[in-house]
Amino acid sequence: MRNRRSLFALPYVVWMALFVVAPIVLVVVYAFSSADGGFTLENFAHMGDYAVVFSRSFYLALIATLLCLLIGYPLAYVLARETAGVQRVAMMLIMLPMWMNFLLRTYSWMSILEDKGLLNRLFAAVGIIDLGNLINGGLNSLCAALNSGPLAWLNGELGTQLALFAKRSTDMTFFHMINTPGAVVLGMVYNYLPFMVLPIYSVIVKLDNSLLEAARDLGADTLRVFRKVVFPLSLSGVLSGITMVFVPSVSTFAISQLLGGKNQLLLGDLIETQFTGMAYNPYLGSAISLVMMVVVIVCMAVMNRFGEGEEQAVML
Amino acid sequence: MKTRTSPLSRLFMALVFLFLYAPIFVLIVFSFNDSKSRTVWQGFTFRWYLELFQDRDIINALSTTLLVSLIATLAATAVGLFAAVGFYNMKKRWRTPLMTVNSIPMTNADIVTGVSLCLLFVAFFAAWQPVADYLNGAQSFITLPVKLHMGFGTLLIAHITFDIPYVILSIMPKLRQMDKNLVDAAQDLGCTWMQAFWKVVLPEIKPGVVSGALIAFTMSVDDFVISYFTAGSSASTLAMVVYGMTKKRISPKINAISTLLFITVLILLVIVNIREARQERALKAWQA
Amino acid sequence: MKKTLAFLLTLSMVLTLSLTGCSKKSGRVVNVCGWGENIDPDLITAFEKETGITVNYATAESNETMYALIKQGGADYDVIVPSDYMIAQMIAEDMLAELNFGNIPNFSLIDNQYKNLPYDPENKYSVPYTWGTLGIIYNSAIVEEEIDSWSVLFTDSGRYAGSIGMIGNPRDAIGAALLYLGYSVNTTDEAEIEEAYQLLSDAKSSGAYQGFFMDQLYDKMESGETAICTYYAGDFLSMYMNNSDLRFVVPKEGSNWFVDAMCVLKDAEHKEEAEAWINFLCKTESSLANMDFIWYASPNAEALEQYPAYYEEQNGEPLDPMLYKVMAAPADVLSRCEPYNALPSETQALYSDLWVQLGIE
Repeated sequence: MRNRRSLFALPYVVWMALFVVAPIVLVVVYAFSSADGGFTLENFAHMGDYAVVFSRSFYLALIATLLCLLIGYPLAYVLARETAGVQRVAMMLIMLPMWMNFLLRTYSWMSILEDKGLLNRLFAAVGIIDLGNLINGGLNSLCAALNSGPLAWLNGELGTQLALFAKRSTDMTFFHMINTPGAVVLGMVYNYLPFMVLPIYSVIVKLDNSLLEAARDLGADTLRVFRKVVFPLSLSGVLSGITMVFVPSVSTFAISQLLGGKNQLLLGDLIETQFTGMAYNPYLGSAISLVMMVVVIVCMAVMNRFGEGEEQAVML
Repeated sequence: MKTRTSPLSRLFMALVFLFLYAPIFVLIVFSFNDSKSRTVWQGFTFRWYLELFQDRDIINALSTTLLVSLIATLAATAVGLFAAVGFYNMKKRWRTPLMTVNSIPMTNADIVTGVSLCLLFVAFFAAWQPVADYLNGAQSFITLPVKLHMGFGTLLIAHITFDIPYVILSIMPKLRQMDKNLVDAAQDLGCTWMQAFWKVVLPEIKPGVVSGALIAFTMSVDDFVISYFTAGSSASTLAMVVYGMTKKRISPKINAISTLLFITVLILLVIVNIREARQERALKAWQA
Repeated sequence: MKKTLAFLLTLSMVLTLSLTGCSKKSGRVVNVCGWGENIDPDLITAFEKETGITVNYATAESNETMYALIKQGGADYDVIVPSDYMIAQMIAEDMLAELNFGNIPNFSLIDNQYKNLPYDPENKYSVPYTWGTLGIIYNSAIVEEEIDSWSVLFTDSGRYAGSIGMIGNPRDAIGAALLYLGYSVNTTDEAEIEEAYQLLSDAKSSGAYQGFFMDQLYDKMESGETAICTYYAGDFLSMYMNNSDLRFVVPKEGSNWFVDAMCVLKDAEHKEEAEAWINFLCKTESSLANMDFIWYASPNAEALEQYPAYYEEQNGEPLDPMLYKVMAAPADVLSRCEPYNALPSETQALYSDLWVQLGIE
């Protein structure tokens, strides 16, 4: 009887076979095909050329994920301690931006971050840029004084180092923010932060209050309660948050094009150019997608294994 | 979990929300700007809102977006509901691998999902051509189109495909929470299984179905990457129009339409929240 | 939650129905793909009124993206407007349909100078739409000297580091470097192309470029965010209308002279409508209206000649001769310009590889 009811899933199983499994099989087939249809490993032969792109994408996505975690976890934690009304409003506010197209929001960051953009205007108006120049100038003259005076024996080494640190000896008129990897990371954090907050929040908010009280009664201070009870129990939320931020970050192409000025190709850009862009080659594009997919799956599997181990340790 | 909140944590929350809403605020402000500039304010105008309704591309894109999201949500909810019931009744040996496949579209990078579907459609169209030619030659009742293109149909298939997992994932926990004896009881009382499903199971899991549908709809509206690879040239969603514009200049009309959408959803959510809060308060008062 | 959903669904249903109700489609359509801001939208309405054919107008970012979309089978365009070298490549790959010039009587209005060009020697597949030159656009409020050489993008780029917007397609970017080095833009010599690439790559790694942009340059140049860029004459004029500090120069080392022409795809479903559309755009009035909107020179001799008068009539002031000279480059400028030819497939592959390589670094 039960088995017959499982037939309800049949239409969807067929659908999955057609539109989930078959396309991935096709990617694999394409990855091992040449333009004339024969089998080839050629597409993977040059994968080494793209190692830089792979490492850059994973590096930026990792930073973005960490930042999301650093902002998202405290936010979820703080939220979960609020009253029901505040929680409801806050959740609404976190979901709401998704209704405004993400490209548009990212484009808006472009207006904010440009050399002559809104933030630089604000800085100029408030005097931060002048302040920066003042400090910079002060540092420079300090270095000069030090170098000629008591630290002359350093042969100007200190001055050079400091000048390198300050990056420029002349006055600046803006902070350069757009078209840098930092701007790309900002775009990722901005767009995917809700995906970190939501799963963590939904786990923390369900934590049994009596558990925390018990811990406190047994003499644990707040920090200890967090470390020994709250954090381990919220780990499942953290793990799914990490996945939900990392995967789209590593494969984004729109964000890097808008905020990175196409200066540094990311994996998503590389795949996109193979399918719709300047270098049409779906076979190579499939191969790169396949490698990316496998690397991401391996990362996630390792992380989940690690996470499970952690959870068990806590149980013990 | 509830304890006290410190002003410091409130400040932190405020900062995060400032970060989340600063660009949206900029967008909304510049939808009233009397110039095409994105950064220089040149006076207040409603011009873009008026011009918006004359812009065929934007209106078409908006209707495509809403239509595809709507149909995909309905289809995904129906299919997902039955699939969830099916999975729930399935032996674990079968369920586990199927649930893994189910989660592929959610965990896979959007670009891979989009690209792989695109390859599938292209391959299917190529294979279709000789079949259609043969069928058209063999009979004369109906003429099948020989050349197929990506368009609304493929876009819809793609959206349904990535929507269903969200529906299933929000229904499954509700099914698991449900008291298994309920169905048996209903059947003992003379219901057929179907009747039991409609009268007992569905009301129990309704919150899951509704939130699944809501998530699916939001995902469909917000999606860009998968649509970009599967819509071809003849159908474009709002996100695709915006992407096209980010490559030249964004018309303030897009700011205007986004502002309208945003405010509509905001008002809706506010109304619903107020009602829910009121209901809760009423419930509390009643319980007291 | 439930109410929200119900409300959202009904709302979107009502909206969709009312929206689709508005855009009722008649039987005959033509699907056109052009460049961004490359047609006067009033012409589309005029054509629809005149013929009853609905125009679906889509835009592509560059020749290469359009090519990829068509190749992939994702596009059902009838008319496309690629540039010369892409037309040659598409002819070679048997992607274009031979036109029935009986349906395009206005083809006779096109100046003979733009017929039978090397990309389509017998002129069987294409009808010229616009022509122009590639050049350097700079903001004279920021750049104090007068620029006249490609060097500013490469060896002399240090002075303007971080304020140059490099063009975002391989043919033009590598082409500019080839021109600076004194090579032909059509060279197939790998060493020359590699040398040109090196120039680009060095300038990029020295931090000269803000990024690689295409139509985003409109905004960036007009706002002064970018001080120097490489782009097309017609687009310069559009930018100039919003920021008169901008200047355009065809560098002394020479440049590219391009023709964008209308073609019909081999498997176009609406070939007759497509030819009607092409014929409509060849008309002198259409060409004039279009020039006034997109600022690209028309190959219609009569229209090009009448344009200054048309401008005066439309705008109530005479056309600045400087602008007309940018739009329709005079013979002495054209003499140092070279059109792009189709490249052999190995060279094309080299271009794509180098382009990806540039992004990787």
